[in-house]
Amino acid sequence: MGFPILSSLILLPLLGAIFIFFSKSKSNAHLTSKYLALFVSFSNFILSLYLWHLFDPSIAEFQFLEEQSWIKGFVNYKVGIDGISILFIILTAFIAPLCIVSVNSTVKYRLKDFLVAILVMESLMIGVFCSLDLVIFYLFFEGGLIPMFLIIGIWGGERRVYSAFKFFLYTLLGSVLMLVAIISIYWITGSTDITYLYNLGIDAKYQYLLWLAFFSSFAVKTPMWPVHTWLPDAHVEAPTAGSVLLAAILLKMAGYGFIRFSVGLFPIASEYFIPLIYILSLIAIIYTSLVALMQEDMKKLIAYSSVAHMGFVTLGIFTFTQQGLEGSIFQMISHGLVSAALFLSVGVVYERMHTRLISNYGGLVSIMPKYAIVLMVFTLGAVGLPGTSGFIGEFLILIGAFKKSFLVAAIASIGVILSAAYMLWLYKRVVFGEIKKDEIKKMPDLNRAEIFILSLLVLPIIFFGFYPEPLLSTTEISIENLIEMYNTNINLNLVEK
Amino acid sequence: MEFEYLIIFLPLVGAIISGFFGKFLGSRNSEILTSLFVSISSIFSFLIFYKVFNEGYINNLDIFTWINSGSFNVNWSIKVDALSSVMLVVVTLVSSVVHIYSIGYMSHDPHKQRFMSYLSLFTFSMLMLVTSDNFLQLFFGWEGVGLCSYFLIGFWFKKESANAAAIKAFVVNRVGDFGFALGIFLIFYLFGTVNYVEVFELVPKSLDVNLNFLGLNFNAINLICILLFIGAMGKSAQIFLHTWLPDAMEGPTPVSALIHAATMVTAGVFLVVRCSPIYEYSPLALNIITIVGMSTAFFAATIALAQDDIKKIIAYSTCSQLGYMFFAAGVGAYNVAMFHLFTHAFFKALLFLGSGSIIHSFKDEQNINLMGGVWKKLPYTWLLMIIGTLALTGFPFLSGFYSKDAIIEFAYLRGNTVGYFAAGIGVFTALLTSIYSWRLMFKTFHGDYNNKNLNISSMHESPMVMIIPLIILAIGAIFSGFLFKDLFIGIESSSNFWKNSIFFLEPLSQDHPPSWFILLTPILVILSIPTAYYIFVKNIKITHEIVNGNLPLYNFLKNKWYFDELYNYLFVNTSKKDRLIFLEKNRFKIY
Repeated sequence: MGFPILSSLILLPLLGAIFIFFSKSKSNAHLTSKYLALFVSFSNFILSLYLWHLFDPSIAEFQFLEEQSWIKGFVNYKVGIDGISILFIILTAFIAPLCIVSVNSTVKYRLKDFLVAILVMESLMIGVFCSLDLVIFYLFFEGGLIPMFLIIGIWGGERRVYSAFKFFLYTLLGSVLMLVAIISIYWITGSTDITYLYNLGIDAKYQYLLWLAFFSSFAVKTPMWPVHTWLPDAHVEAPTAGSVLLAAILLKMAGYGFIRFSVGLFPIASEYFIPLIYILSLIAIIYTSLVALMQEDMKKLIAYSSVAHMGFVTLGIFTFTQQGLEGSIFQMISHGLVSAALFLSVGVVYERMHTRLISNYGGLVSIMPKYAIVLMVFTLGAVGLPGTSGFIGEFLILIGAFKKSFLVAAIASIGVILSAAYMLWLYKRVVFGEIKKDEIKKMPDLNRAEIFILSLLVLPIIFFGFYPEPLLSTTEISIENLIEMYNTNINLNLVEK
Repeated sequence: MEFEYLIIFLPLVGAIISGFFGKFLGSRNSEILTSLFVSISSIFSFLIFYKVFNEGYINNLDIFTWINSGSFNVNWSIKVDALSSVMLVVVTLVSSVVHIYSIGYMSHDPHKQRFMSYLSLFTFSMLMLVTSDNFLQLFFGWEGVGLCSYFLIGFWFKKESANAAAIKAFVVNRVGDFGFALGIFLIFYLFGTVNYVEVFELVPKSLDVNLNFLGLNFNAINLICILLFIGAMGKSAQIFLHTWLPDAMEGPTPVSALIHAATMVTAGVFLVVRCSPIYEYSPLALNIITIVGMSTAFFAATIALAQDDIKKIIAYSTCSQLGYMFFAAGVGAYNVAMFHLFTHAFFKALLFLGSGSIIHSFKDEQNINLMGGVWKKLPYTWLLMIIGTLALTGFPFLSGFYSKDAIIEFAYLRGNTVGYFAAGIGVFTALLTSIYSWRLMFKTFHGDYNNKNLNISSMHESPMVMIIPLIILAIGAIFSGFLFKDLFIGIESSSNFWKNSIFFLEPLSQDHPPSWFILLTPILVILSIPTAYYIFVKNIKITHEIVNGNLPLYNFLKNKWYFDELYNYLFVNTSKKDRLIFLEKNRFKIY
C-alpha cells in the first residue's frame, strides 16, 4: 500500500478546520482564516484531480484500498473507490473551495466557525463517497447532518431554527431505520465490509425489509416525493454557501447510496420495488415541476426544480441499464454544477437587493448584462438544452427508461417541457421586462470575484455538454460490472424459485 | 482543411467574437465581421453545392465523439450530400443577406452586437442541424435554433408581448420536441443506433415489429414516423402547434425573414425528407402528413385573408406554404417538397424584408389599414414586393409557379383519395394565397394614404444597404424555379442529383395530369389580380359588404379560428386553478 491518498483527502480539510478553529481571533484574522480555508480546500481539489489521474478506469474492482481495524471483528476503517464514487469526490472537492470564495458579507458573524463547518462538511462528504464499510459509511453519512444543521441554524434567515430542526428530524428519522438495517446485516452475515457482502450476497428473504430501511433514509435525503418538504425550507433559510453545499453535494449522497447499497447489496429487492421507485420518481418529476412553476420565491423555485431533477436520477438508477445508470451519475454531477451555480446566482442578487421574491426583480439585463449572460447559461443547463451538461444526463436516463417502459419514459419526458416553462419564466421575470424598482438601477454588475466563481461553473457545464467523454468513460466499467452483478443475482434467484 | 469546417464554424466564430468582444470592436466592426464570415460561409456553400451536382461529391466527416455510453455512440459530424448541400445554400445565402440587411434595419438599436451575435449563432445551429449524420446532433441543432429563435423573438426585452411570445415559441416547440425525443428513444430502442445510414439500413428488416402501449398494439415504424412528425409539426408551425409563429412576429423583421420564413421553420420539412427511407415504409404516417399539410395550407390561408398586421399576414402565409411542402412530402414527392422549400426561401425572405422596409418607412407601423398610396414614394420596395408576391402566388414562370404547381400535380398523380383531395385543396388555397397577397399589396401601396400620424411627404425609400439584399433575393425569386427545376424535379436529372439522399420505394409517377388541370391554377392566379384590385382598391364598399354580410365567418377568421382562446381555456386557465391547490400545500406539511 502506497501513499494513503483517500485518507489524505478526508483528513486534510478536517486538519484545516481544526487549525482554524484553534487559531486566535484577531481583528484581521477573518481574512487570514478565509485564505487558509481556501488554501486547504483548493489543495484538496488538486489532490482529487491527481487521484483522477492515477485512477485506472479500465478495472472494475475498488482501487486505492486502505484498511485499518478499529473495533476488532466488528468495524474496520476501510476506504476505496471505483468509477462510480470518484466523480463525486472530485465534485465535492471542486464545490467546497467555491463555497469558501463565495462567503462574504452575507455571513455577518462568526465567519471562522462558518469556514470550519464547511471544511468539516467537505471531510465527511468525501468520507461518505469512499467508505467501504457500512458502519463507517453510516458515521460519515449522519455526521454530515451536523455541520449542515449548524450552518442553517446559526447563519440562516429568519425562520432558521424551524428549518434547521425540520431538516434534522426528517433526515435523522429516515436514518435510524438504516442503522437498524446495518446492525441486522451484521447479525445475518457477521460482517459490514461492503466488498465482502457484494461477494457473499444477502439471502433474498431478508432483502426486502433491509431495502426498505435503506430506502427510508435515502428517500428523505434525495429527496423523493412525498418526503421532500424539508428541502425548500432548508434552502430558503440557508445562507448561499449552505444552499450550494446542500444542493450540490448533500443530495448526491442519497443517489450514490441507492447505487452502492440498494442496488449493490439488495438486487432482488431492488427489482421488486421498481414500480414504487418509478411512481415516486414520476410524481417528483411532474408534480414538483408544476409546484416550481407556481413559486414566488427564487430559492424555493430552484429547490423544487432540484427535486424534479433528482427524480430523473432515481428513475435512471432503477432502469438497471448502462445508459440509465451512467446518465444518473452524469445527471448528479451536472445537477451539482448547475444547482450550485443557480444558488450562487441567486446569492449575487440577494446580496444587492436583500429579497428573494421574484416579483421584486425585473429588467436586470440592462443593469447587469454580465449577470444576464451567466444566468442564461445556468438556466439552459437546468432546462437540459443540448450542448449543456444537463442534456446528457437527462437524455441517457430517458433512453434507459425507454428500454424498461415506453409509458414511464413518455411521462418523464413531459418533465422536460415543464422545466423549460418554469426556468424560462423565472429568467424572464428576473432579467427581462421593465425595471420596476429604483434600487435595481443602482445595482452594480458582477465584480471580479463573482465573475471568477461563476465562470468556473460555466466552463464545465458547457464543456461536458459537448464532450462528456471524460466522465462517461470513468464510470463505464464500474457500471458494467454493477449491472452484470445485478443480472447474475436476478437470474440466480429465478433459478432458485 | 475541408471547406465544410469553414462553412459551419465561421458563423460560430463570428457569434463568439461579436457576442463577447463586441464592446471592444464597436458596433460597426461587429456588423461587418459577422456579415463577412457568414458571406464567406455562403460562398463555400455554393462551391459545395456546385461540386455536389457537378461531380456527385459526398462527404461524411466525424469531428469528435459526443456521447459514448454502452451501446449508445454518437459523434459530432458533418454530412454532405445533395440534401444537405441544398440546405447549406439556402441557410447561408439567406443568412448573409439578412446579416447585411440588418446593418441598415437595426441602425437605431443600441444592442447591435448582441443582435448580430444571435443571428450568427442561429446560423451555426441551423448548419449543425442540416449537416448532422445522426438523430442526436439533429436534435442539438433543433434545440439550438429554437433557443436562438427564443433570444431573437424576445430581442426587444422591454416589450412584455415580445417576452411572452418568446416563451410561447419555446414551450410550444418543446411540446413538439417531446414527440421528437420519444421518436429518437424509440429509434435507439429498435435499432440500437441513431446514425442515419445504419438506421435506414435496418428499417426494411423491422417492418413487422409491434409495440404494446397502454394495451394497444402499434406498428413500430408507424409510431416512429408519427412521433418524428410531431416534432416537425412544432418546428414548422403546422396546425395545432402553429400558434407560436404569428406571435413570433414580435421579433425584429430580419429575424422573421431568416428564422420564421426561410430556414428554421423549414427544418420540419427537412426532417421528413431526410427520413424518407423510414417514411416510405409507413403509408399511414404519409397520409397523416398529407392531411395535416393540406389542412394547414388551407386554414392558414383563410386566416391570412382577415388579418390587418402586415407581418402576421406573411406569417400565416408561411404557415400555409409550409403546409404545401408537407403535403408534397406526404404524397411521396420529397424532391418537390425540397424544391418548394428552396424557392420559398427566396420569395418569402424577400416579402419579409420588403415588409420590413415598409415598416421602417412608416416608423414601425404594421397595420395595413393605416398605409396605402405610397407606391411612388417607395418605388424599389414596391417593385421588389411585386416580384415577391408574383413568385409567391405562382404567377407563370416565376419560381413559385414551378414548385407550387408541381406539388399540386404530384398530389393529383398520387392517384388515391387523399391525393385528389389534397390537389383540390391545393388549387383552392393557391387562389386564396393570391387574394390575400394582393390584398396586402394593394392596401399597402395603392388606394388612399390612410396614415394620420405621418405626413406622406416624409415617406422615403430605405437605404441601399437594405435594398441590395432585397435585389439579391428578388433575382432568386424570379429565376430559381426556372433554373433549378430540372435539377430538383426533372425526371432523370433529379435522381442523378439526389442519389441516396432521398429514397423512393416506388419511382414517382411520370404521367401528366390532364391539361385543363395544369392550366387551372395559373389561370385562377392571373384572374385573381384584377379581381383583388377591383375589390380592395376600386370599390372598397364591396369589401365592407362582404364583411358585414358574413360577420360570423369574418370574426372566426379574424380571431384565427379561436385557437389561442381554446388553448388558454384548456391549459393556461386550468393551471391557474391548480395554482390554488399548490399554494395550499401547507396543509400537507408534516411537522
